[in-house]
Amino acid sequence: MSILEVKNLTYTYSAGSPFEKTAVKDISLSVEKGEIIGIIGHTGSGKSTFVRMLNGLTKPTSGQVLIEGNDIWEKPKEIRKIRFKVGMVFQYPEYQLFEETVYKDISFGPANMGKTQEEIDKAVKMAAKFTGVSNELLDKSPFDLSGGEKRRAAIAGVIAMDPDVVIFDEPTAGLDPLGRELLLSQIVQYHKERNNTILLVSHSMEDIASIADRIIVLNHSELVMFDTPKVVFSKVEQLEEMGLRVPQITKIMLALKEKGYDISDGILTVEQAFYELVDLLKKEGKL
Amino acid sequence: MNRDVTFGQFIPGNSLLHRMDPRVKIVLLCAIIATIFCTFNFYALGLVTAFIIVAILLSGVPLRMYLKSLKVIIIIVVITSLLNIFYSSGTPVFEFWIFKITLDGIYRAIYVTVRIIALILISSSLTFTTSPTDLTDAIERLMSPLKIFHVKVHEIAMMMTIALRFIPTLLDETDKIMSAQKARGADMESGNLIQKVKSLIPVLIPLFVSAFRRAYELAVAMECRCYQGGEGRTRMKSLHMKKLDYLSIFLMALVVGGVVLCDIFLMPI
Repeated sequence: MSILEVKNLTYTYSAGSPFEKTAVKDISLSVEKGEIIGIIGHTGSGKSTFVRMLNGLTKPTSGQVLIEGNDIWEKPKEIRKIRFKVGMVFQYPEYQLFEETVYKDISFGPANMGKTQEEIDKAVKMAAKFTGVSNELLDKSPFDLSGGEKRRAAIAGVIAMDPDVVIFDEPTAGLDPLGRELLLSQIVQYHKERNNTILLVSHSMEDIASIADRIIVLNHSELVMFDTPKVVFSKVEQLEEMGLRVPQITKIMLALKEKGYDISDGILTVEQAFYELVDLLKKEGKL
Repeated sequence: MNRDVTFGQFIPGNSLLHRMDPRVKIVLLCAIIATIFCTFNFYALGLVTAFIIVAILLSGVPLRMYLKSLKVIIIIVVITSLLNIFYSSGTPVFEFWIFKITLDGIYRAIYVTVRIIALILISSSLTFTTSPTDLTDAIERLMSPLKIFHVKVHEIAMMMTIALRFIPTLLDETDKIMSAQKARGADMESGNLIQKVKSLIPVLIPLFVSAFRRAYELAVAMECRCYQGGEGRTRMKSLHMKKLDYLSIFLMALVVGGVVLCDIFLMPI
Protein backbone atom coordinates (compact mmCIF):
# COMPACT_ATOMS: atom_id res chain seq x y z
CA MET A 1 0.00 0.00 0.00
CA SER A 2 1.25 3.47 -0.80
CA ILE A 3 2.05 5.67 2.14
CA LEU A 4 0.47 8.67 0.46
CA GLU A 5 -2.11 8.75 -2.27
CA VAL A 6 -4.20 11.57 -3.69
CA LYS A 7 -7.26 11.03 -5.84
CA ASN A 8 -8.72 13.74 -8.07
CA LEU A 9 -7.50 16.39 -5.68
CA THR A 10 -8.95 19.82 -6.49
CA TYR A 11 -8.88 23.11 -4.65
CA THR A 12 -10.76 26.24 -5.67
CA TYR A 13 -10.27 29.56 -3.92
CA SER A 14 -13.40 31.57 -3.02
CA ALA A 15 -15.66 29.21 -4.92
CA GLY A 16 -18.86 30.83 -6.17
CA SER A 17 -17.56 34.40 -6.05
CA PRO A 18 -16.21 36.46 -8.94
CA PHE A 19 -12.69 35.91 -7.56
CA GLU A 20 -12.94 32.16 -8.06
CA LYS A 21 -9.60 30.59 -8.90
CA THR A 22 -8.59 26.98 -9.17
CA ALA A 23 -5.23 26.43 -7.50
CA VAL A 24 -5.05 22.67 -7.82
CA LYS A 25 -6.86 20.82 -10.55
CA ASP A 26 -7.73 17.15 -10.48
CA ILE A 27 -4.41 15.68 -9.34
CA SER A 28 -4.08 11.95 -8.77
CA LEU A 29 -0.85 10.22 -7.81
CA SER A 30 0.64 7.92 -5.23
CA VAL A 31 3.92 7.92 -3.35
CA GLU A 32 5.59 4.81 -1.94
CA LYS A 33 7.15 4.56 1.48
CA GLY A 34 10.78 5.65 1.59
CA GLU A 35 10.75 7.71 -1.57
CA ILE A 36 12.17 11.20 -1.91
CA ILE A 37 9.82 13.19 -4.12
CA GLY A 38 10.77 16.54 -5.61
CA ILE A 39 8.02 19.02 -6.44
CA ILE A 40 8.77 21.70 -8.99
CA GLY A 41 6.65 24.29 -10.71
CA HIS A 42 6.61 27.93 -11.60
CA THR A 43 5.53 30.46 -8.94
CA GLY A 44 1.75 30.26 -8.63
CA SER A 45 1.56 26.77 -10.14
CA GLY A 46 -0.23 25.44 -7.06
CA LYS A 47 2.69 23.76 -5.27
CA SER A 48 2.00 25.33 -1.89
CA THR A 49 -1.73 24.69 -1.98
CA PHE A 50 -1.06 21.13 -3.04
CA VAL A 51 1.28 20.35 -0.15
CA ARG A 52 -0.96 22.16 2.37
CA MET A 53 -3.71 19.69 1.52
CA LEU A 54 -1.46 16.72 2.23
CA ASN A 55 -1.41 17.33 5.99
CA GLY A 56 -4.91 18.69 6.27
CA LEU A 57 -4.09 22.38 6.71
CA THR A 58 -6.29 23.08 3.71
CA LYS A 59 -9.39 21.04 3.07
CA PRO A 60 -9.69 20.06 -0.59
CA THR A 61 -12.73 21.30 -2.51
CA SER A 62 -13.07 17.82 -3.94
CA GLY A 63 -11.01 14.67 -4.09
CA GLN A 64 -9.25 12.69 -1.40
CA VAL A 65 -5.93 12.49 0.39
CA LEU A 66 -5.17 8.99 1.63
CA ILE A 67 -2.46 8.27 4.19
CA GLU A 68 -1.76 4.53 4.34
CA GLY A 69 -5.09 4.03 2.61
CA ASN A 70 -7.19 6.10 5.04
CA ASP A 71 -8.93 9.28 3.98
CA ILE A 72 -7.54 12.03 6.24
CA TRP A 73 -10.86 13.90 6.33
CA GLU A 74 -12.86 10.86 7.34
CA LYS A 75 -12.82 12.08 10.96
CA PRO A 76 -12.33 15.85 10.79
CA LYS A 77 -11.96 16.02 14.58
CA GLU A 78 -8.83 13.91 14.44
CA ILE A 79 -7.06 15.93 11.78
CA ARG A 80 -4.34 16.82 14.30
CA LYS A 81 -3.23 13.19 14.33
CA ILE A 82 -2.63 13.44 10.60
CA ARG A 83 -0.37 16.44 11.15
CA PHE A 84 1.84 14.32 13.40
CA LYS A 85 2.08 11.73 10.64
CA VAL A 86 2.70 14.21 7.87
CA GLY A 87 5.17 16.82 9.08
CA MET A 88 5.46 20.09 7.27
CA VAL A 89 8.42 22.45 7.23
CA PHE A 90 7.23 25.78 5.85
CA GLN A 91 9.20 28.29 3.87
CA TYR A 92 11.33 30.37 6.25
CA PRO A 93 10.39 28.16 9.22
CA GLU A 94 12.56 30.24 11.57
CA TYR A 95 9.70 32.73 11.89
CA GLN A 96 7.66 30.20 13.83
CA LEU A 97 10.12 29.94 16.78
CA PHE A 98 8.56 31.27 19.97
CA GLU A 99 9.74 29.49 23.11
CA GLU A 100 12.26 30.68 25.69
CA THR A 101 14.81 28.07 24.73
CA VAL A 102 15.52 26.09 21.60
CA TYR A 103 14.95 22.89 23.58
CA LYS A 104 11.44 23.96 24.57
CA ASP A 105 10.65 25.04 21.04
CA ILE A 106 11.69 21.72 19.55
CA SER A 107 9.60 19.91 22.17
CA PHE A 108 6.44 21.85 21.23
CA GLY A 109 5.43 19.26 18.59
CA PRO A 110 6.09 16.11 20.66
CA ALA A 111 4.42 17.73 23.69
CA ASN A 112 1.32 18.40 21.59
CA MET A 113 1.32 14.71 20.71
CA GLY A 114 0.91 13.97 24.41
CA LYS A 115 4.23 12.18 24.85
CA THR A 116 5.82 11.66 28.25
CA GLN A 117 8.72 13.83 29.39
CA GLU A 118 11.15 11.01 28.73
CA GLU A 119 9.91 10.45 25.18
CA ILE A 120 9.98 14.18 24.53
CA ASP A 121 13.59 14.36 25.66
CA LYS A 122 14.52 11.50 23.36
CA ALA A 123 12.67 13.08 20.44
CA VAL A 124 14.37 16.45 20.95
CA LYS A 125 17.84 14.87 21.15
CA MET A 126 17.13 12.82 18.02
CA ALA A 127 15.90 15.84 16.05
CA ALA A 128 18.79 18.00 17.25
CA LYS A 129 21.26 15.36 16.13
CA PHE A 130 19.84 15.14 12.61
CA THR A 131 19.71 18.87 12.09
CA GLY A 132 23.09 19.53 13.67
CA VAL A 133 21.78 21.62 16.56
CA SER A 134 24.47 21.30 19.22
CA ASN A 135 23.77 20.79 22.92
CA GLU A 136 24.82 24.29 23.92
CA LEU A 137 22.38 25.77 21.40
CA LEU A 138 19.53 23.87 23.02
CA ASP A 139 19.67 26.05 26.12
CA LYS A 140 19.87 29.34 24.24
CA SER A 141 16.96 31.56 23.31
CA PRO A 142 15.95 30.89 19.70
CA PHE A 143 16.10 34.63 19.04
CA ASP A 144 19.83 34.72 19.83
CA LEU A 145 20.74 32.24 17.10
CA SER A 146 22.12 33.06 13.67
CA GLY A 147 19.90 32.71 10.60
CA GLY A 148 21.17 29.27 9.67
CA GLU A 149 20.95 27.99 13.24
CA LYS A 150 17.39 29.26 13.55
CA ARG A 151 16.46 27.43 10.36
CA ARG A 152 17.91 24.18 11.67
CA ALA A 153 16.23 24.59 15.06
CA ALA A 154 12.87 25.17 13.34
CA ILE A 155 13.31 22.11 11.14
CA ALA A 156 14.20 20.10 14.24
CA GLY A 157 10.85 21.19 15.68
CA VAL A 158 9.08 19.29 12.92
CA ILE A 159 11.40 16.30 12.77
CA ALA A 160 10.99 15.81 16.55
CA MET A 161 7.44 14.60 15.90
CA ASP A 162 9.03 11.77 13.92
CA PRO A 163 6.52 11.98 11.07
CA ASP A 164 6.25 9.22 8.45
CA VAL A 165 6.10 11.80 5.70
CA VAL A 166 7.98 15.09 5.86
CA ILE A 167 7.22 17.93 3.49
CA PHE A 168 9.92 20.56 3.04
CA ASP A 169 8.80 23.78 1.36
CA GLU A 170 11.91 25.49 0.01
CA PRO A 171 14.07 24.48 2.96
CA THR A 172 17.22 26.03 1.53
CA ALA A 173 15.77 29.41 0.50
CA GLY A 174 17.95 32.27 1.71
CA LEU A 175 20.86 30.10 2.90
CA ASP A 176 24.42 30.47 1.65
CA PRO A 177 25.78 27.74 -0.68
CA LEU A 178 27.52 25.90 2.15
CA GLY A 179 24.43 26.02 4.32
CA ARG A 180 22.35 24.69 1.43
CA GLU A 181 24.64 21.77 0.87
CA LEU A 182 24.81 20.95 4.56
CA LEU A 183 21.05 21.10 5.01
CA LEU A 184 20.41 18.92 1.97
CA SER A 185 22.91 16.33 3.10
CA GLN A 186 21.29 16.36 6.55
CA ILE A 187 17.92 15.73 4.96
CA VAL A 188 19.34 12.83 2.97
CA GLN A 189 21.05 11.42 6.05
CA TYR A 190 17.84 11.70 8.04
CA HIS A 191 15.94 9.96 5.28
CA LYS A 192 18.50 7.15 5.15
CA GLU A 193 18.32 6.43 8.86
CA ARG A 194 14.57 6.70 9.40
CA ASN A 195 13.53 5.46 5.95
CA ASN A 196 10.57 7.85 5.88
CA THR A 197 9.06 9.56 2.89
CA ILE A 198 10.18 13.03 1.94
CA LEU A 199 8.53 15.62 -0.29
CA LEU A 200 10.75 18.50 -1.27
CA VAL A 201 9.41 21.65 -2.88
CA SER A 202 12.22 23.65 -4.41
CA HIS A 203 13.11 26.13 -7.09
CA SER A 204 16.61 24.77 -7.26
CA MET A 205 16.71 22.12 -9.97
CA GLU A 206 20.20 21.17 -8.82
CA ASP A 207 18.93 20.32 -5.33
CA ILE A 208 16.04 18.30 -6.69
CA ALA A 209 18.12 16.51 -9.29
CA SER A 210 20.68 15.42 -6.73
CA ILE A 211 18.35 13.84 -4.18
CA ALA A 212 14.91 13.09 -5.65
CA ASP A 213 13.78 9.60 -6.68
CA ARG A 214 10.84 10.98 -8.58
CA ILE A 215 9.70 14.47 -9.51
CA ILE A 216 6.23 16.00 -9.56
CA VAL A 217 5.96 18.81 -12.11
CA LEU A 218 3.04 21.19 -11.67
CA ASN A 219 2.00 23.80 -14.21
CA HIS A 220 -1.09 26.01 -14.13
CA SER A 221 -2.58 23.98 -11.26
CA GLU A 222 -2.24 20.72 -13.14
CA LEU A 223 0.01 17.71 -12.83
CA VAL A 224 2.17 17.66 -15.96
CA MET A 225 4.77 15.02 -15.15
CA PHE A 226 5.49 12.55 -12.40
CA ASP A 227 8.60 10.61 -13.24
CA THR A 228 12.26 10.00 -12.44
CA PRO A 229 14.67 12.95 -12.67
CA LYS A 230 16.28 11.34 -15.71
CA VAL A 231 13.04 11.38 -17.68
CA VAL A 232 11.83 14.76 -16.40
CA PHE A 233 15.08 16.60 -17.04
CA SER A 234 15.41 15.15 -20.53
CA LYS A 235 12.41 17.27 -21.57
CA VAL A 236 14.35 20.51 -21.71
CA GLU A 237 12.03 22.38 -24.04
CA GLN A 238 8.85 21.39 -22.30
CA LEU A 239 10.27 22.48 -18.94
CA GLU A 240 11.49 25.79 -20.29
CA GLU A 241 8.07 26.49 -21.74
CA MET A 242 6.70 26.21 -18.22
CA GLY A 243 9.23 28.70 -16.88
CA LEU A 244 11.38 25.94 -15.38
CA ARG A 245 14.80 24.79 -16.39
CA VAL A 246 17.00 21.74 -16.12
CA PRO A 247 20.17 21.63 -13.99
CA GLN A 248 22.98 23.52 -15.68
CA ILE A 249 25.20 20.49 -15.91
CA THR A 250 22.46 18.50 -17.63
CA LYS A 251 22.14 21.22 -20.21
CA ILE A 252 25.89 21.32 -20.86
CA MET A 253 26.04 17.57 -21.31
CA LEU A 254 23.07 17.63 -23.67
CA ALA A 255 24.78 20.34 -25.69
CA LEU A 256 27.96 18.25 -25.92
CA LYS A 257 25.89 15.30 -27.08
CA GLU A 258 24.34 17.38 -29.81
CA LYS A 259 27.85 18.25 -30.97
CA GLY A 260 28.34 14.56 -31.63
CA TYR A 261 30.16 13.40 -28.52
CA ASP A 262 29.28 9.96 -27.22
CA ILE A 263 27.58 10.90 -23.95
CA SER A 264 24.72 9.11 -22.24
CA ASP A 265 21.41 10.81 -21.43
CA GLY A 266 20.23 12.07 -18.10
CA ILE A 267 23.39 13.40 -16.45
CA LEU A 268 22.06 15.23 -13.40
CA THR A 269 25.00 16.08 -11.17
CA VAL A 270 28.50 17.44 -11.63
CA GLU A 271 29.87 14.20 -10.21
CA GLN A 272 28.11 12.07 -12.82
CA ALA A 273 29.30 14.44 -15.51
CA PHE A 274 32.87 14.14 -14.29
CA TYR A 275 32.92 10.34 -14.59
CA GLU A 276 31.14 10.49 -17.91
CA LEU A 277 33.78 12.85 -19.30
CA VAL A 278 36.65 10.77 -17.91
CA ASP A 279 35.18 7.71 -19.64
CA LEU A 280 34.82 9.66 -22.85
CA LEU A 281 38.42 10.88 -22.79
CA LYS A 282 39.68 7.39 -22.02
CA LYS A 283 37.74 6.01 -24.95
CA GLU A 284 39.25 8.56 -27.26
CA GLY A 285 42.67 7.71 -25.88
CA LYS A 286 43.35 11.21 -24.59
CA LEU A 287 43.73 10.17 -20.97
CA MET B 1 -9.13 34.40 9.22
CA ASN B 2 -12.03 36.74 9.11
CA ARG B 3 -11.52 38.81 6.01
CA ASP B 4 -15.13 39.90 5.62
CA VAL B 5 -14.55 43.10 7.52
CA THR B 6 -16.60 45.54 5.49
CA PHE B 7 -16.59 48.47 7.84
CA GLY B 8 -13.74 50.70 6.73
CA GLN B 9 -13.03 48.97 3.46
CA PHE B 10 -12.26 50.98 0.34
CA ILE B 11 -14.12 50.05 -2.85
CA PRO B 12 -12.50 51.61 -5.92
CA GLY B 13 -14.84 53.41 -8.27
CA ASN B 14 -15.49 56.62 -10.14
CA SER B 15 -18.76 57.90 -8.71
CA LEU B 16 -19.51 61.47 -7.66
CA LEU B 17 -18.57 60.61 -4.11
CA HIS B 18 -15.31 59.01 -5.21
CA ARG B 19 -14.37 62.13 -7.10
CA MET B 20 -14.98 64.52 -4.23
CA ASP B 21 -12.08 66.10 -2.39
CA PRO B 22 -11.40 63.86 0.65
CA ARG B 23 -11.02 66.92 2.88
CA VAL B 24 -14.50 68.08 1.95
CA LYS B 25 -15.83 64.59 2.54
CA ILE B 26 -14.39 64.47 6.04
CA VAL B 27 -15.66 67.93 6.96
CA LEU B 28 -19.10 67.18 5.56
CA LEU B 29 -19.21 63.87 7.40
CA CYS B 30 -18.51 65.67 10.68
CA ALA B 31 -21.19 68.22 9.81
CA ILE B 32 -23.75 65.52 9.04
CA ILE B 33 -22.99 63.65 12.26
CA ALA B 34 -23.42 66.87 14.23
CA THR B 35 -26.66 67.57 12.38
CA ILE B 36 -28.01 64.09 13.08
CA PHE B 37 -27.55 64.75 16.77
CA CYS B 38 -29.31 68.10 16.47
CA THR B 39 -32.52 66.74 15.01
CA PHE B 40 -35.30 67.06 17.56
CA ASN B 41 -38.25 65.81 15.55
CA PHE B 42 -39.12 63.44 12.74
CA TYR B 43 -39.23 66.14 10.08
CA ALA B 44 -35.66 67.21 10.75
CA LEU B 45 -34.48 63.60 10.98
CA GLY B 46 -36.33 62.78 7.76
CA LEU B 47 -34.57 65.60 5.97
CA VAL B 48 -31.08 64.43 7.04
CA THR B 49 -31.92 60.80 6.30
CA ALA B 50 -33.11 61.73 2.81
CA PHE B 51 -29.84 63.55 2.23
CA ILE B 52 -27.88 60.53 3.43
CA ILE B 53 -29.88 58.16 1.22
CA VAL B 54 -29.16 60.34 -1.82
CA ALA B 55 -25.45 60.36 -0.91
CA ILE B 56 -25.41 56.57 -0.61
CA LEU B 57 -27.15 56.11 -3.95
CA LEU B 58 -24.61 58.45 -5.55
CA SER B 59 -21.67 56.55 -4.06
CA GLY B 60 -21.97 53.78 -6.65
CA VAL B 61 -21.18 51.18 -3.98
CA PRO B 62 -23.50 48.14 -4.02
CA LEU B 63 -26.18 48.42 -1.33
CA ARG B 64 -25.20 44.93 -0.26
CA MET B 65 -21.95 46.38 1.11
CA TYR B 66 -23.87 48.90 3.21
CA LEU B 67 -26.09 46.19 4.60
CA LYS B 68 -23.00 44.19 5.52
CA SER B 69 -21.55 47.15 7.40
CA LEU B 70 -24.80 47.39 9.37
CA LYS B 71 -24.44 43.80 10.50
CA VAL B 72 -21.76 44.81 13.01
CA ILE B 73 -24.02 47.17 14.93
CA ILE B 74 -27.29 45.29 14.74
CA ILE B 75 -27.03 44.21 18.39
CA ILE B 76 -26.46 47.76 19.60
CA VAL B 77 -29.45 48.92 17.61
CA VAL B 78 -31.70 46.20 19.02
CA ILE B 79 -30.65 46.83 22.63
CA THR B 80 -30.99 50.61 22.50
CA SER B 81 -34.36 50.48 20.81
CA LEU B 82 -35.64 47.92 23.33
CA LEU B 83 -34.46 50.09 26.20
CA ASN B 84 -36.24 53.04 24.65
CA ILE B 85 -39.45 51.12 24.16
CA PHE B 86 -39.65 49.98 27.79
CA TYR B 87 -38.19 52.93 29.64
CA SER B 88 -40.32 55.85 28.69
CA SER B 89 -43.20 57.67 30.28
CA GLY B 90 -46.62 58.43 28.83
CA THR B 91 -49.88 56.57 28.43
CA PRO B 92 -49.26 52.89 27.82
CA VAL B 93 -50.68 51.23 24.70
CA PHE B 94 -49.75 47.78 25.89
CA GLU B 95 -49.10 46.42 29.35
CA PHE B 96 -47.73 43.10 30.53
CA TRP B 97 -46.50 42.31 34.05
CA ILE B 98 -43.83 44.96 34.77
CA PHE B 99 -43.46 45.90 31.13
CA LYS B 100 -45.43 48.67 29.58
CA ILE B 101 -45.07 50.02 26.11
CA THR B 102 -46.04 53.58 25.37
CA LEU B 103 -46.60 55.31 22.08
CA ASP B 104 -43.89 57.71 23.12
CA GLY B 105 -41.53 54.76 23.66
CA ILE B 106 -42.19 53.37 20.19
CA TYR B 107 -41.55 56.76 18.63
CA ARG B 108 -38.31 57.07 20.53
CA ALA B 109 -37.16 53.62 19.53
CA ILE B 110 -37.75 54.33 15.85
CA TYR B 111 -36.05 57.67 16.22
CA VAL B 112 -32.93 56.21 17.87
CA THR B 113 -32.72 53.33 15.40
CA VAL B 114 -32.91 55.61 12.39
CA ARG B 115 -30.27 57.86 13.92
CA ILE B 116 -27.76 55.06 14.53
CA ILE B 117 -28.32 53.47 11.13
CA ALA B 118 -27.97 56.83 9.40
CA LEU B 119 -24.73 57.45 11.28
CA ILE B 120 -23.20 54.14 10.28
CA LEU B 121 -24.34 54.40 6.67
CA ILE B 122 -22.87 57.82 6.08
CA SER B 123 -19.64 56.96 7.86
CA SER B 124 -19.27 53.81 5.75
CA SER B 125 -19.86 55.82 2.61
CA LEU B 126 -16.75 57.87 3.46
CA THR B 127 -14.49 54.84 3.88
CA PHE B 128 -16.07 53.00 0.94
CA THR B 129 -15.33 55.85 -1.45
CA THR B 130 -12.01 57.14 -0.10
CA SER B 131 -8.75 55.22 -0.28
CA PRO B 132 -6.80 55.01 2.98
CA THR B 133 -3.97 57.10 1.55
CA ASP B 134 -6.38 59.85 0.48
CA LEU B 135 -7.97 59.70 3.87
CA THR B 136 -4.76 60.13 5.84
CA ASP B 137 -3.61 62.78 3.39
CA ALA B 138 -6.81 64.72 3.98
CA ILE B 139 -6.55 64.32 7.74
CA GLU B 140 -3.01 65.63 7.61
CA ARG B 141 -4.15 68.72 5.68
CA LEU B 142 -7.10 69.33 7.94
CA MET B 143 -4.92 69.04 11.01
CA SER B 144 -2.14 71.23 9.68
CA PRO B 145 -3.32 74.34 11.58
CA LEU B 146 -2.40 72.40 14.73
CA LYS B 147 1.25 72.79 13.77
CA ILE B 148 1.16 76.13 15.56
CA PHE B 149 0.80 74.18 18.78
CA HIS B 150 3.78 71.98 17.82
CA VAL B 151 1.60 68.97 17.07
CA LYS B 152 3.55 66.67 14.74
CA VAL B 153 0.79 66.45 12.15
CA HIS B 154 2.86 64.92 9.36
CA GLU B 155 4.27 62.24 11.65
CA ILE B 156 0.82 61.31 12.91
CA ALA B 157 -0.48 61.00 9.36
CA MET B 158 2.57 58.96 8.36
CA MET B 159 2.00 56.58 11.26
CA MET B 160 -1.62 56.14 10.23
CA THR B 161 -0.65 55.42 6.64
CA ILE B 162 1.95 52.86 7.68
CA ALA B 163 -0.43 51.19 10.13
CA LEU B 164 -3.11 50.86 7.46
CA ARG B 165 -0.59 49.62 4.94
CA PHE B 166 0.59 46.83 7.23
CA ILE B 167 -2.79 45.45 8.27
CA PRO B 168 -3.04 43.04 5.31
CA THR B 169 0.63 42.09 5.66
CA LEU B 170 0.21 41.22 9.31
CA LEU B 171 -2.99 39.28 8.59
CA ASP B 172 -1.05 37.26 6.05
CA GLU B 173 1.75 36.70 8.52
CA THR B 174 -0.70 35.57 11.21
CA ASP B 175 -2.14 33.09 8.76
CA LYS B 176 1.30 31.68 7.97
CA ILE B 177 2.39 31.39 11.59
CA MET B 178 -0.90 29.77 12.56
CA SER B 179 -0.47 27.19 9.80
CA ALA B 180 3.07 26.47 10.92
CA GLN B 181 2.06 25.95 14.54
CA LYS B 182 -0.96 23.89 13.52
CA ALA B 183 1.42 21.73 11.51
CA ARG B 184 3.23 21.10 14.79
CA GLY B 185 -0.02 20.01 16.37
CA ALA B 186 -1.07 23.26 18.04
CA ASP B 187 -4.72 23.02 18.99
CA MET B 188 -6.42 26.39 18.62
CA GLU B 189 -10.04 25.38 18.40
CA SER B 190 -10.87 23.30 21.45
CA GLY B 191 -10.54 23.90 25.18
CA ASN B 192 -11.86 26.53 27.55
CA LEU B 193 -11.12 30.23 27.43
CA ILE B 194 -7.82 30.05 29.34
CA GLN B 195 -6.58 27.20 27.17
CA LYS B 196 -7.57 29.12 24.06
CA VAL B 197 -5.69 32.22 25.20
CA LYS B 198 -2.67 30.08 26.03
CA SER B 199 -2.79 28.46 22.62
CA LEU B 200 -2.41 31.90 21.06
CA ILE B 201 1.03 32.45 22.60
CA PRO B 202 2.85 30.42 19.92
CA VAL B 203 1.21 32.69 17.34
CA LEU B 204 1.52 36.04 19.10
CA ILE B 205 5.21 35.86 20.00
CA PRO B 206 6.46 35.19 16.46
CA LEU B 207 3.98 37.78 15.20
CA PHE B 208 5.35 40.47 17.52
CA VAL B 209 8.92 39.54 16.69
CA SER B 210 8.23 39.84 12.99
CA ALA B 211 6.29 43.10 13.42
CA PHE B 212 9.27 44.65 15.20
CA ARG B 213 11.62 43.29 12.57
CA ARG B 214 9.46 44.80 9.82
CA ALA B 215 9.28 48.12 11.64
CA TYR B 216 13.04 48.20 11.99
CA GLU B 217 13.58 47.31 8.34
CA LEU B 218 11.10 49.92 7.22
CA ALA B 219 12.80 52.57 9.35
CA VAL B 220 16.16 51.71 7.83
CA ALA B 221 14.71 51.77 4.32
CA MET B 222 13.13 55.18 4.94
CA GLU B 223 16.35 56.57 6.33
CA CYS B 224 18.29 55.21 3.35
CA ARG B 225 16.05 57.34 1.16
CA CYS B 226 16.75 60.35 3.33
CA TYR B 227 13.28 60.60 4.74
CA GLN B 228 13.28 63.34 7.38
CA GLY B 229 9.70 64.16 8.15
CA GLY B 230 7.26 66.71 6.81
CA GLU B 231 9.51 69.75 6.62
CA GLY B 232 9.62 71.06 3.04
CA ARG B 233 8.06 67.93 1.59
CA THR B 234 6.03 68.26 -1.61
CA ARG B 235 3.28 65.91 -2.73
CA MET B 236 2.67 63.70 -5.70
CA LYS B 237 -1.08 64.38 -5.56
CA SER B 238 -2.13 67.82 -4.44
CA LEU B 239 -5.75 68.28 -3.49
CA HIS B 240 -7.95 70.84 -5.23
CA MET B 241 -11.52 71.79 -4.54
CA LYS B 242 -13.74 71.50 -7.61
CA LYS B 243 -17.25 72.61 -8.55
CA LEU B 244 -18.56 69.31 -7.26
CA ASP B 245 -17.13 70.04 -3.81
CA TYR B 246 -18.61 73.54 -3.62
CA LEU B 247 -21.94 72.17 -4.79
CA SER B 248 -21.98 69.50 -2.09
CA ILE B 249 -21.05 72.04 0.57
CA PHE B 250 -23.93 74.20 -0.64
CA LEU B 251 -26.37 71.28 -0.48
CA MET B 252 -25.16 70.44 2.99
CA ALA B 253 -25.73 74.03 4.08
CA LEU B 254 -29.32 73.81 2.76
CA VAL B 255 -29.90 70.63 4.78
CA VAL B 256 -28.48 72.18 7.93
CA GLY B 257 -30.69 75.23 7.39
CA GLY B 258 -33.71 73.00 6.87
CA VAL B 259 -33.00 71.04 10.02
CA VAL B 260 -32.61 74.23 12.06
CA LEU B 261 -35.93 75.54 10.72
CA CYS B 262 -37.67 72.24 11.51
CA ASP B 263 -36.22 72.24 15.00
CA ILE B 264 -37.37 75.78 15.70
CA PHE B 265 -40.84 75.78 14.19
CA LEU B 266 -42.05 72.22 14.70
CA MET B 267 -42.84 70.32 17.89
CA PRO B 268 -40.03 68.21 19.32
CA ILE B 269 -40.97 64.61 20.18
